Amino acid sequence: MALLEVDDLSVTFARRGQRTVHAVDGVSFSVDAGEVVGLVGESGCGKSVTSMAIMGLLPRQHGTRIGGKAVFDGTDLLGLDDRARRDIRGRDVAMIFQDPLSSLNPVIPIGLQVTEVLARHRGMRGDAARKEAAGLLDRVGIPDPDRRLKEYPHQLSGGMRQRALIAMAVACRPRLLIADEPTTALDVTIQAQILELLKELVHDSGTALVMITHDLGVVAGMCDSINVLYAGRVVETARRRPLFREPRHPYTAGLLGSVPRLDSGRGEPLNPIPGSVRDVLSWSEGCAFAPRCSRRVDACLDETPPLVRTHDGRSYRCVDPVPLPGAVPAQAGPADQSGAPSPEPNEEKTRD
Amino acid sequence: MFRFIVRRLLQLIPTLFGLSLLLFIWVRRLPGGPEDAILGERGTPEMRAAIRRSMGLDEPILVQYGRFVQRLLRLDLGTSSSTKRPVVEEFLERFPGTVELTITALVIAIGIGIPLGYLAARRRGRLLDHLSVGGSLVGICVPIFFLAYVLKAIFSENLGWFPSSGRQDPTIDATRITNFFVLDGLMTREWDAVADALWHLVLPGIALASIPLAIIVRITRASVLEVLNEDFVRTAEAKGLTERTVRGRHVLRNSLLPVVTSIGLLTGGLLSGAVLTETVFAFTGIGAFIYEAIGQRDYPVLLGFIMIISVVYVLVNLLVDLSYSLIDPRVRVR
Repeated sequence: MALLEVDDLSVTFARRGQRTVHAVDGVSFSVDAGEVVGLVGESGCGKSVTSMAIMGLLPRQHGTRIGGKAVFDGTDLLGLDDRARRDIRGRDVAMIFQDPLSSLNPVIPIGLQVTEVLARHRGMRGDAARKEAAGLLDRVGIPDPDRRLKEYPHQLSGGMRQRALIAMAVACRPRLLIADEPTTALDVTIQAQILELLKELVHDSGTALVMITHDLGVVAGMCDSINVLYAGRVVETARRRPLFREPRHPYTAGLLGSVPRLDSGRGEPLNPIPGSVRDVLSWSEGCAFAPRCSRRVDACLDETPPLVRTHDGRSYRCVDPVPLPGAVPAQAGPADQSGAPSPEPNEEKTRD
Repeated sequence: MFRFIVRRLLQLIPTLFGLSLLLFIWVRRLPGGPEDAILGERGTPEMRAAIRRSMGLDEPILVQYGRFVQRLLRLDLGTSSSTKRPVVEEFLERFPGTVELTITALVIAIGIGIPLGYLAARRRGRLLDHLSVGGSLVGICVPIFFLAYVLKAIFSENLGWFPSSGRQDPTIDATRITNFFVLDGLMTREWDAVADALWHLVLPGIALASIPLAIIVRITRASVLEVLNEDFVRTAEAKGLTERTVRGRHVLRNSLLPVVTSIGLLTGGLLSGAVLTETVFAFTGIGAFIYEAIGQRDYPVLLGFIMIISVVYVLVNLLVDLSYSLIDPRVRVR
């Protein structure tokens, strides 16, 4: 049993007079203890909403619907009442956010922002809490922690602020840490330091980490396995190496292909994926990526492409996946005309 | 902090100098003068000139100003041309009433306005929100004197719950020390006098509080709504803090900055704007006195009043700046 099992998670925002938005549309993935799992995709693919739904942080507004399950260590987080959820948040499941400056309260010293977690979940107060907080800052690499505890967020540098946020997140040794684009707002050199710190922390404590990012470099450096999201669904899941070496879903291939490469000639154009995330179909009408896909066939628009699982633990949602290197490219044959290419022998389709 | 306060107080000196010079010249440019108010239609030019001479108004304006400043340095604001009493004495007698009324109104406006604005924001789009937003619109629109009359008619004339006029029941024999009736009562431990003075403050206090209350409700509501959407509130939620801690520690304090600013601006307006309320409730404050002083061209009283109001404005805004730095470390003063 995985530590976190997200099953068919869906989030819809309905507003009077506007079309209902399916921000997350049946996302499933799992995270094992101590594993680093990436959720990757362009802005608007639903990766942040997924994490917020798991944490129970989506604003409880009229018209927001959350479906499916997120089972953490046997309990469905989505079914908890507010109190039980607050007990788990920050203690067993913690989160790090994108913009460290705005994510810290500007009018409260760093110290209190760390000790308040300790007080809430570990019952630590006074000197004990202060000592523990200083220890935490030290552990995330903030020099002179005793002085920093008394300072305010605006007195810290960007990287320092993100370190402080990480200290707050790991204060109760959570078993699962969700990092929502933790390095997007930082300088490149600081990015590397923060990623290194996260790696160290999860390695030392056995904390599982869900890394939400659009940055394939981050994914390559950190993640054990990766879920690629598109338009609110997971379109491909694979371990790191196979994914980078042999992407099967055309969207994954497109993401990898659009990364500028140092070894390509100067003046050579970049290879963006044509169109934008807004050019999506609803999954009920077929493959949401079809309008932007270079491998589109008629079958793409027939129905939601089924999830194909291969023997090596990979899965993808595509009727005409990118062939594996060395494999014979699919020939136009009878199968293609019928719209459904025959699956490769060791692959198995699942309806979901 | 200390240096900041001293610096701000020193800044007060040139401000007051400039303001007084401007006012001195400007007030003298008003048509007519005290002699017209005293003599009316009947005065002959000789009588007018005699009165002007007796008040020193025949001298060049800069000489008059010089004399005014000289007196001001001894905290002497001159003699009222209508009551013939020292202006300072008149003020000491009447200003405390207005100050008490203003403080009452502020306490009501802040004490109700901030919680109500906060609750309206939390229950956004629900009944309480609509009621307080609609109610605050009414509060801003209804003229104070109208509201004052309605309050008086209902709660004092019909229901008899509150006194209809004055600052203290004449049957109570209270000792006067500072002319702040509530303070006097507290100092002499005359509790019945304290209760009675407070009782007299309720209705005029509510009437005067209506506009600042409405403004504070709206500003608080808007500010809380903004802060609720801030990332750090999400962080606080993600830490699993109780709702009380999230709201109290993270939302409320950050919402207070714009509210504090508006309170500072409202206070000065209340002091000078209490005239109407004081009139309706026959409340012995500075308001009616100033109103008459304008009609009488009572230059010393008018100048003195404006000087005091300016000092109060500067002091209140100093307080606002100081409380800023208490609330927000980013604007902490050095």
